[in-house]
Amino acid sequence: MYDTIIIGGGPAGLAAAVKAKKLGLKVLLLDENEFLGGILPQCIHPGFGLHYFKEELTGPEFAHRFIREINELNIEHYTNAYVLEIENYSDLEKKVVFSSPEGVKEVWGKTIIYAAGARERHAFEIGIVGDRVAGIYTAGEAQTLMDIYGVMPGKEVVIVGSGDVGLIMARRFALEGAKVKAVIELMPYPGGLARNVMILRDFEIPLYLSHKVVEVRGRKRVEKVKVVKVDENLKEISGSGFWIECDTLLISAGLIPNVKLLKKIGAQIDPLNGGPIVNELLETTIPGIFVAGNALLINDLVDYVAEQGELAALGAKEFIENQGIPSRKWIKLKRGSNVRILAPHYISGERDVYIYARVSRPMENVRVTFPEIRKELRLPVVKPSEMLRIKLKAEEIQKAGKEITMEVEKGEV
Amino acid sequence: MKTRVAIIGAGISGASIARVLSKYENLEVHLIEKNADVGWGVSKANTALIHGGYDDDPEKYPMRAKLCIKGNRLWHEWVKELEIPHIWNGALIVALRDEDFKELEGLLERGRKNGVPEMIIVDKEELFHLEPNLNPEALGGLWVPIVGQIGPIPAVIAIVENAVANGVKLHLETEVRGIKVEGGEVKGVETNNGFIEADIIINAAGLYADEISRMVGVNDFEIHPRKGEYWIFDEDIPGPRRVLFPTPTPKSKGVVVTTEISGHLMIGPNAQDLPKEEKENLATTREGLEEVWKKAKELWPNLPPRSKVIRTFAGLRPEPTGGDFIIRAEKEVWGFINVAGIRSPGLTSAPAIAYEVVEIIRRDLGINLVEKGKWNPYRKKITHFFMLQPEKANELVKENPSYGKIVCRCNHVSEGDILEAIERMKFIGVKTPSIDSIKVRTKATSGTCQGSFCRVRIARILAREYGVDLWNVTLKGKGSEIGIGDVKVLLRGEVE
Repeated sequence: MYDTIIIGGGPAGLAAAVKAKKLGLKVLLLDENEFLGGILPQCIHPGFGLHYFKEELTGPEFAHRFIREINELNIEHYTNAYVLEIENYSDLEKKVVFSSPEGVKEVWGKTIIYAAGARERHAFEIGIVGDRVAGIYTAGEAQTLMDIYGVMPGKEVVIVGSGDVGLIMARRFALEGAKVKAVIELMPYPGGLARNVMILRDFEIPLYLSHKVVEVRGRKRVEKVKVVKVDENLKEISGSGFWIECDTLLISAGLIPNVKLLKKIGAQIDPLNGGPIVNELLETTIPGIFVAGNALLINDLVDYVAEQGELAALGAKEFIENQGIPSRKWIKLKRGSNVRILAPHYISGERDVYIYARVSRPMENVRVTFPEIRKELRLPVVKPSEMLRIKLKAEEIQKAGKEITMEVEKGEV
Repeated sequence: MKTRVAIIGAGISGASIARVLSKYENLEVHLIEKNADVGWGVSKANTALIHGGYDDDPEKYPMRAKLCIKGNRLWHEWVKELEIPHIWNGALIVALRDEDFKELEGLLERGRKNGVPEMIIVDKEELFHLEPNLNPEALGGLWVPIVGQIGPIPAVIAIVENAVANGVKLHLETEVRGIKVEGGEVKGVETNNGFIEADIIINAAGLYADEISRMVGVNDFEIHPRKGEYWIFDEDIPGPRRVLFPTPTPKSKGVVVTTEISGHLMIGPNAQDLPKEEKENLATTREGLEEVWKKAKELWPNLPPRSKVIRTFAGLRPEPTGGDFIIRAEKEVWGFINVAGIRSPGLTSAPAIAYEVVEIIRRDLGINLVEKGKWNPYRKKITHFFMLQPEKANELVKENPSYGKIVCRCNHVSEGDILEAIERMKFIGVKTPSIDSIKVRTKATSGTCQGSFCRVRIARILAREYGVDLWNVTLKGKGSEIGIGDVKVLLRGEVE
């Protein structure tokens, strides 16, 4: 019986494995790919690790630091291991069934740290109609093709979505000599981190805000896409449509936490985050199953993903020591105005907690308040693309009754 | 001397004809297909139903009326012999208004004439017993238990594999350019891959059957494409247990609500007539999809949010002049048999169409057919890792570790499944590696993520097994390659 079985060998799973091992737990790490690292090996651009390692690394470098530790610490792990099923046998025993080239295996653990990442939304989910032809890729798929396997997908590209992956792929295509004809963004503001939005200026790539791609046409391969303008309610403005000729359409329309297996065993899901409901130790509503990284909520920085992995490992440790997380009166953390995504959902006041949040819309000169505990922060600007990570100290939390609300409001001028 | 038969079109009709003709010792059967794989025309996108045979008026459409019920009965045999995925879950034609019952009675009467067994008009109570989650305002329905569903392309593939095993020669990526006729008799088919001699030519060219027929001077019919659009939802969305039809209108059987055999809720199709030039127009449209949505909601009010759609698609039905199937030996050209206008219920009728063609060859062409001593009616289905019991899976993995390597996350398709698919593609003669060939054989790429994780992995396996560069693997045949070259190809200026 393992102390913890970690599902997923991306940054959350790797960090969780290293931390859990250092805490003295018996760890098994399972990853479905041929190599550890999750999507990091294909993220060959810099920008990783500034918070965590205090230096700027590429994705492969960031992954390498953890993988080295995995090997040095002799952490038991399988690659090519795909988890078929999780069974919550009892609060203290969990079964994980996985498939590998060695066969279908069953392993038992006291806890599970679920770090299975996210998937990308695809063209059908965002309502694109027309021909089903070659040349339509999700951004991550194109990234895998180019940066792992060295394949050039196409030469004239339109990108749907100005999130970080879309913007980074805009640069990637431009650097390899392709013409990036447009980035199309539904919202009236760009979706990515400021440093990535700069890419568009650097490479003279037009950005269409408040626009969407509605149709693809082509015979064998994409030949053109239709773009329309939307109003402030995201309704299409009739007569605003125009066509852009291209051979490649990249869909970068956001990520969805990969929680199929958790849903199957009844973990409660927060519909706004897309990931499970968790307490401050990142334990789901199923005792002993912890979650970290993009399976919990979509993060903007890998550093936070690693941090969540470590926190889940601490949670597993506490769970094992106490035969379950001790019962207590949980304080509910609630969304107030302009808060779209928020985790964790329950906090105790027994320890300092980082809360992760995203706003619904950008705002300048902002007050972030927690009225029940009379905490207030001021920020020059908040954007949906940039996650807010705010520390609530134990003694602050203790001032609350049943709940604490997070509000993001315009500050007085 | 063997009689050489060339069948144009490896869709469900052509494939079924090839299989049945492969029973005969004195026939040499060539199956000709312009696409890179079989079943990629009309057969690829449809409602996948094996209809009951009750709605075709025998006065107006005698062929449809006769062959549909006959085909239904044959499919019950064929799915067993060929291990084709299927489910016999029955259909309900739902009455939402009092006046609909009159139409249902008409259908019952027509079904009785066509020989459809076990139909019954059910009242509201029985209706909701059969299908608890229907629109609560439904009043009753016509229950047709012999209706079922199959995988249409898996069916074409199964039939072709069996036909090839019995000696049929499949010519893929072979486009018919002309037909040679001498002295009022067919002599063979001119193609991009040379001339194929033939004593009998069977035109099962789907949407293009009118153009093929014109090549021998028979031009008394035209084929119009009629487009139907569909939505498919994610696997955890609850769908009906039965196939649900609305009460039909003169033009169409109406938008069906069903749980297709892979377990996904599917709604469609509408019916939009296109000009005859638009035989390649498979584009989905906002208007068409909206129409389907609205109509499906009348039967099934609990449609999921739009974000739960994993796929929309469109199919074309070949609508012939006159509306009935055109299955006949052409008198002006000896040896030319039209199997044209195979619109709905074409999938259901296909096995019966094949036996009809045998009859035509015997009766109208006067060819004495000699049955083979040993004809193999069976074909084994492909391994699906996701359907195996754990012990069986482990046995398989021990022999071949690739069966333990999951490639498609959503549908749990293993590398072993994919290698088996490739072996089968090579067996029938697929030359151009394509992701769609793997998709239709294994279900990889057809789940929640629609292949964004596994397409590249599948392409790598195809590239390795076919010995081609990764970027030359196609989505669905030549012209749909997944890349334009290696990642530096543009910087080197090799592509304009």
